[in-house]
Amino acid sequence: MVVGGGLVGLAIAYGVRRLGLSVTVLDGGDDAHRASRGNFALVWGQGKGFGTPDYARWTQASLSAWPGFAAELADISGIDLHYRGQGGFHLCFDEGGFERRGAMLDRHAAELGADAYPFEMVPAFELRRTFPHLGPTMAGASYSPRDGDVNSLHLYRALITALRRLGGSYRPGAPATGIARDGAGFAVVAGGQTFRARTVVIAAGIETERLAGLVGMSVPVRPQTGQIIVTEKAVPFLPYAVSTVRQTNEGGVMLGDSVEERGHDDTVTTGVLGITAARAIAAFPVIARLAVVRSWAALRVMSPDGLPVYQQSASQPGAFACICHSGVTLAAIHAGELARQVAGGALTGQAAAFGTGRFDVRAA
Amino acid sequence: MFERLEESGAEIAFTFDGRPCTGRAGDSVAAALIANGVKVFRTTPVGGAERSAFCMIGACFDCLVVIDGRASRQACLIPLQEGMAVERQIGRRDPAR
Repeated sequence: MVVGGGLVGLAIAYGVRRLGLSVTVLDGGDDAHRASRGNFALVWGQGKGFGTPDYARWTQASLSAWPGFAAELADISGIDLHYRGQGGFHLCFDEGGFERRGAMLDRHAAELGADAYPFEMVPAFELRRTFPHLGPTMAGASYSPRDGDVNSLHLYRALITALRRLGGSYRPGAPATGIARDGAGFAVVAGGQTFRARTVVIAAGIETERLAGLVGMSVPVRPQTGQIIVTEKAVPFLPYAVSTVRQTNEGGVMLGDSVEERGHDDTVTTGVLGITAARAIAAFPVIARLAVVRSWAALRVMSPDGLPVYQQSASQPGAFACICHSGVTLAAIHAGELARQVAGGALTGQAAAFGTGRFDVRAA
Repeated sequence: MFERLEESGAEIAFTFDGRPCTGRAGDSVAAALIANGVKVFRTTPVGGAERSAFCMIGACFDCLVVIDGRASRQACLIPLQEGMAVERQIGRRDPAR
């Protein structure tokens, strides 16, 4: 049983079902906070996990698994994910930013040693061969051939469709309100019904702290607001994924460049949207000619150190909590390695580095 | 077909895809296009399907046209003005043009 039908819960459920186990996903209603519908849809590794090599390696392992994951998921669901793993760029707005970015990625490579991922710093004059519309004030970008993007709404729908086609059950409109030990397993109360299972995985985003507490786990998680602007659909003019300006397969351009700590507030604000638009126009001035069709704010899922949390309850084994910030990037490893470990009943290896023990106060 | 019930109001000259047309003061661009027999306002960006004005109250975004070089304008919400150059909007926008 998986509590939470976002990208994290669905990827784990899909992966567990592929192994032949029966799975039910209990999902909230349309009024639930859904990071999975508000994300930027990057499949991204460069710069992630600087200072935390376990996270960098976990991310890179997911990037390696993405092509196979995407192909199989598209095959089972019949839905094209529009996955592009052809490389991605992170823009640098001035020379100082370009220098700092290069230095940071160099230090990151040194930290990872043999596991370092490839990247290069591309100055503006060279970048214009790939992006002819690059703005005149831009300094350049970092590029990693391992990065890319996907249509995350297609990914979301494909996971639900594939889970169902494989015989799994997806129950929307069933927000979990109670979880309790029931014999050898657990009973979950959701949407007025009680569901029973031997194993329960809580992957409920910012609701995880509350639900995991019911089965003996302390999973600190807080919301972080990100605001996104989407333009009208345009002919393709951004041939690669860019970390803050992304043209979808259908032509709309997503602009997203903000992080705010303001609790459960998911309203859009003109100040942040204005800065986001101004930076996107500095990067690619033609964007100023596109009409905005939508903007939104979504609550992303953050742990205290920004890394994923994968934990099995010590007092109530069989109950797991799984949250992360990058549900798109990590979808491939969640459906693969993490699902295998959950199905096997123990978190081991790389995944074991992301337990809640790291948040405990150390003994003096 | 639609028929103009109210013939009052000064005549306003505009063009649709370069063709001279005439509307009346008080017309929205969408009403003037309909009165001039225009059926297809745009084609959709992904499927290429034809679209006309539908709701006429600014809700459906089906009536998008290019007005004086600016694309994706809601024809039903914009008052017709003398000399407007209205164009059918075909598929996705090319922001570089």
